[in-house]
Amino acid sequence: MKKTNTKKASFKTGHSSMTKRSLRKWAWLFIGPVFASFIIGFIWPFAQGIYLSFCGKFNVISNARIQGFENYVKAFSDDTFLHAFGFTALFAVVSVVLINLLAFAIAYALTQGIKGSNLFRTVFFMPNLIGGIVLGYLWSMIFDGLLDLWTSQNLVDNATYGFWGLIILLLWQQIGYMMIIYIAGLQAVPDDMLEAAKIDGATKSQTLFRVIIPNVMPSITICTFLTLTNSFKLYDQNLALTGGKPARLTEMLALNISNGYSNMATRGMAQAKAVIFFIFVAALGIAQLAATRKREVQQ
Amino acid sequence: MAGAALAGCGGKDSGATKSEASANGGSVYWLNFKPEIDETLQTLAKKYTKDKGVEVKVVTAASGTYSTTLTAEMEKSNPPSLFVIGNQQGVKDWGDFALDLKDTAIAKELTTDAYNLTDANGKVVSIGYCYECYGIIVNPDLVEKAGHKMDDIKNFDTLKTVVEDIHSRAEELGFDAFSSSDMDDSSSWRFTGHMANLEYFYEEKAAGKPWTECPATITGDYLPNYKNLYDLCINNSLTAPTDLSAGGHNAEEEFINGKAAFFVNGSWEFAAVSKKVPNAVMIPYYCGVEGEEKAGLNCGTENCWAVNANVSKEDQQATIDFMVWLVSDPDASKTMVEQLGIMPYKNVPTSTNTFLNSLGTLKTENNFKFDGNGNYIMDWATNYQPNVDEYRKDLVSALNAYNADQTDDNWAKVKEAFVDGWAKQFEAIK
Repeated sequence: MKKTNTKKASFKTGHSSMTKRSLRKWAWLFIGPVFASFIIGFIWPFAQGIYLSFCGKFNVISNARIQGFENYVKAFSDDTFLHAFGFTALFAVVSVVLINLLAFAIAYALTQGIKGSNLFRTVFFMPNLIGGIVLGYLWSMIFDGLLDLWTSQNLVDNATYGFWGLIILLLWQQIGYMMIIYIAGLQAVPDDMLEAAKIDGATKSQTLFRVIIPNVMPSITICTFLTLTNSFKLYDQNLALTGGKPARLTEMLALNISNGYSNMATRGMAQAKAVIFFIFVAALGIAQLAATRKREVQQ
Repeated sequence: MAGAALAGCGGKDSGATKSEASANGGSVYWLNFKPEIDETLQTLAKKYTKDKGVEVKVVTAASGTYSTTLTAEMEKSNPPSLFVIGNQQGVKDWGDFALDLKDTAIAKELTTDAYNLTDANGKVVSIGYCYECYGIIVNPDLVEKAGHKMDDIKNFDTLKTVVEDIHSRAEELGFDAFSSSDMDDSSSWRFTGHMANLEYFYEEKAAGKPWTECPATITGDYLPNYKNLYDLCINNSLTAPTDLSAGGHNAEEEFINGKAAFFVNGSWEFAAVSKKVPNAVMIPYYCGVEGEEKAGLNCGTENCWAVNANVSKEDQQATIDFMVWLVSDPDASKTMVEQLGIMPYKNVPTSTNTFLNSLGTLKTENNFKFDGNGNYIMDWATNYQPNVDEYRKDLVSALNAYNADQTDDNWAKVKEAFVDGWAKQFEAIK
């Protein structure tokens, strides 16, 4: 695959100074609408959110008054928040490992030229097309039906069931999507490298670990990033499947934050939690990208 | 409808701005919190505009989003002129935005001020436009079919006898005593919100004075009575207690299809129930408290109108005129009563809701309310539940554990959520 080379070449020769000038002139017309909606829909509310996290009790935003760090102090001394943090972290670790292992394994199997590969790819991808709320309700019925076979407890009665229920749901939903990314990665491994490995007498596992995996590192980077942030941000599945029951033990971070917003007295604290949440997820995402990028190889 | 929907999401509404130039110079914007009455209100709004030439916009917040919608709408340059402040927490949060309704034209239409909400300074922040009651809805035909008489049910012991007898013979009779008491979010409020009221109310009654603000702690003295009725519901029902946490049963359908004789719910169910069970009646929460033969229904309201103090004088006047029209125009008030049950206004027709027939005219004595038969009304102390969503969530979890395994230990956890949970949530939002 010589994608990168051709790209560079076209960049060098394809643009005359004329087109560059008109691009510069018209760029704002094209970027403008997106940029404006990004500011209106993201940057402005985000800035306002940070401001509100420092405010005392408020009903409308114009009545909010700066109060200091009290909301942050309250957030960190809120047991439910700390529990949600721990629960979410554990959930993220388990789901990131399982989703990526399984998605890679399926992608690998489906690129070996088995009959009906295309059908399987479609089937595995399909769960990803269903919305989280619908999935949550459907799976809660499936789980309750299954649990009924050997216990009188339902999914919402037991935090352990709730945890694994969420894991199973997320695996079912996301493996297909990650599989597609891995398949693209696997298909991009240069044939000449594989051929060279074969000629040199490498075994199947040597080929996998020494040739294929280093070559699909970009896919691994993007998949771990997606699964990690998805797990941390998980909301609708959590809301629909367990709703945090029992006793808020299966409440994840996003749900914990939104629950706090309903009451005026805890609104500012919920906002502070959201800021903490953002900083944490952003830092984690950047750290993960930096760590896996280092292992990517140049083709 | 489309205009209202658009105004719900958009910023400034051009329609309303235009109307400021209309007949009396004012316009009405009602932020309604009950999705089930939206259609009626839209029709009435159109009719009013047609008859009087005053623009009326009704926007209904989606179920469960009233408080966030109000937060967003109040910020706009054209905020609601008419909105709802339904309880003391609402008075604290939104009281500053409300016009004092004392001595206004609409206040003069009232037959009772029992459902008005006032703030600490005596300002009438909002006035009730209808009130509702809850208790146990009974199908008398089924009770009689099982060989009992409705008149036999006078207190907890007699209720228990009838219920347990029906449950024990459910197979032979072809129906059971109670419809399902699901603990999912679509149904758990009947037990964590409504039935819990009996405990709070009897605490108030024992103290001799209704609460006027959320107490920091409750005693839980009447929790054994709550347990009496709760146990009766879950153990003599179509659905086994262990299946309640998952939900998925439709208690209303079970009742109207004659599969169960008892249904824990309120007066708003009348329209749905009376179609198939025209004789249905509502009885109080009998729970084994001394003197409960004189108990009445749980009556109260969160349907209280507040007028925005921050809109123009013209808009305030137009809004009050509209409110008066709703409760005095023969057609409009008839439509309102059909939708809302009882409205405490001089010129509205009598309600056709037979669940509320027994009430008659309410009287207030020593701060407590009594119905026309002299039975004490159980007021909605439950409206004071602190940090209500979180409080109820914890209670649901504890009740689920108890439903799965009815031990004393598990009931102790219910008590913890009920009593200690109150204090905890009170602290959380202090």
